[in-house]
Amino acid sequence: MEAKEMIRIEGLDKVFRTKNGDITALQNIHLSIRAGEVFGIIGLSGAGKSTLVRCINFLERPTAGKVVFDGQELGSLSPAGLREARRSMGMIFQGFHLLMQRTALQNVCFPLEIAKTPKKQAEARARELLELVGLSDRAGSYPAQLSGGQKQRVAIARALATSPKVLLCDEATSALDPTTTRSILALLGEINRSLGITIVVITHEMSVIEELCSRVAIIDQSEIAEVGAVEEIFRQPKTPIAKKLIFPAGAPAASFGGKRCLRIVFNGNSSFEPIVGNMILECGAAVNIMYADTKDIDGKAFGQMLLQLPEDEAAVRRMLSYLTLHDISYKEETIHA
Amino acid sequence: MPELLALLLQGLWESLYMTLVSTLLAYVLGLPLGLVLVVTDRDGICPVPWLNTVLGVVVNMLRSVPFLILLVAIIPFTRLVVGTFIGSTATIVPLVIGSAPFVARMVESSIKEVDAGVVEAAQSMGASPFQIVWKVLLPEAKPSLVVGAAIAVTTILSYSALAGFVGGGGLGAIAINYGYYRYQSEIMLVTVLILVVIVQVLQEVGMRLSRAGDKRIR
Repeated sequence: MEAKEMIRIEGLDKVFRTKNGDITALQNIHLSIRAGEVFGIIGLSGAGKSTLVRCINFLERPTAGKVVFDGQELGSLSPAGLREARRSMGMIFQGFHLLMQRTALQNVCFPLEIAKTPKKQAEARARELLELVGLSDRAGSYPAQLSGGQKQRVAIARALATSPKVLLCDEATSALDPTTTRSILALLGEINRSLGITIVVITHEMSVIEELCSRVAIIDQSEIAEVGAVEEIFRQPKTPIAKKLIFPAGAPAASFGGKRCLRIVFNGNSSFEPIVGNMILECGAAVNIMYADTKDIDGKAFGQMLLQLPEDEAAVRRMLSYLTLHDISYKEETIHA
Repeated sequence: MPELLALLLQGLWESLYMTLVSTLLAYVLGLPLGLVLVVTDRDGICPVPWLNTVLGVVVNMLRSVPFLILLVAIIPFTRLVVGTFIGSTATIVPLVIGSAPFVARMVESSIKEVDAGVVEAAQSMGASPFQIVWKVLLPEAKPSLVVGAAIAVTTILSYSALAGFVGGGGLGAIAINYGYYRYQSEIMLVTVLILVVIVQVLQEVGMRLSRAGDKRIR
């Protein structure tokens, strides 16, 4: 059975009018996000992904096109109707955006106050949510007394307070260290499974998509480049931008058509010095290790290594002078493949 | 000597009365005005660019009139409101008109310190502009608003001393009438010292209140 559609974006454009002319942030975006899925939107910075997520809850009004949320077209709503609809969409941010003069508990109560929930009921709900995010012992702490990860947990609890159908995450883990990032991603996954809430994740990190999302849209230069199941895109990225995001270092980009080789002889150099590694870094070109037989005897390196050189002539010259400079003996050879 | 003491106490009371009442009334006008300046800004939560520009120009015009000139220029208006233009109560009128635009700018700058992201978060939760002002902007800017109020009250105190030149009463009038016109330098010195002490106390109290109420400090 096909899952119900939660968010539909049709032909969406967003143009910012500035003094220096118009800037197109988004162009002809079509997306369909299903109820209950974790949908990722990835792109390099400046690709337009933050603008896109702000168009989903109309923090940015699209220049053209439609956003349909749970059967309601947002563009057709009155300001009051739009505010009502936003209560069904929680949002968390890279910078947390907590109220600094309120405690964690009061922060979680905030959206309930906005929705005019009775105070007692709001507080009970807020405590429940702090428990869910594992912060019930920090209810009375102010944001300044919490770590980044704890602040994001409070922000998640706050975003969930009004029991929204969708949670929008705008680079929610980009300001956190890797360990904290993993724990926040785990929490979001758990929330998705236990509450059945639809999650839209905006990120520039492929690892976030890999860990959390079921489907992903790749956005590049204001347009959607590719949409599909995460494992499919990982297995077979079609567009250059998808390849670039999946293999950030540029993958096996350098070709080794060259037949020139270099035999390096280690004759008691310090084995603590990463000669080949440093040479690659310094000369900015890779080499292909064809053969190596080295031994470490009392901190000294002995043996030899056969390196296939890159085609770039200038890089080869840099490598040779690097080796000469560091007193490494070498011999140029030609291989016959 | 007892007469002198009574005179100074009378002056002190008049100065404090003028300053505190004027500050209060200046905030009654300046706080909403400052909020409107922030809210109607091009990037504000309810952009009304023409209104913002008009208010901005009016505020700047009022602020550029030297206080002594304002004091004299609005005598007819003061007389209309209070019935006289002499004495402490009458001085409150020009003090309020002279300082409300200044207060509005102080409030504007304090409110603008609130992180735009927090406002965006409130909008994403469906907060109305009124709720954003009341529940986000004012509480989040409170420490800065309190520091601003301490600066405003001390500025208004020094304006009130200036009013002594045109029959405004208070410590300023004593310094001018006894110290300046009658060459009684000791009296001038004492009144100035009292003013210095008041400014110190008001400033210190404001800073302490601000710090005590600021939850950003661990």
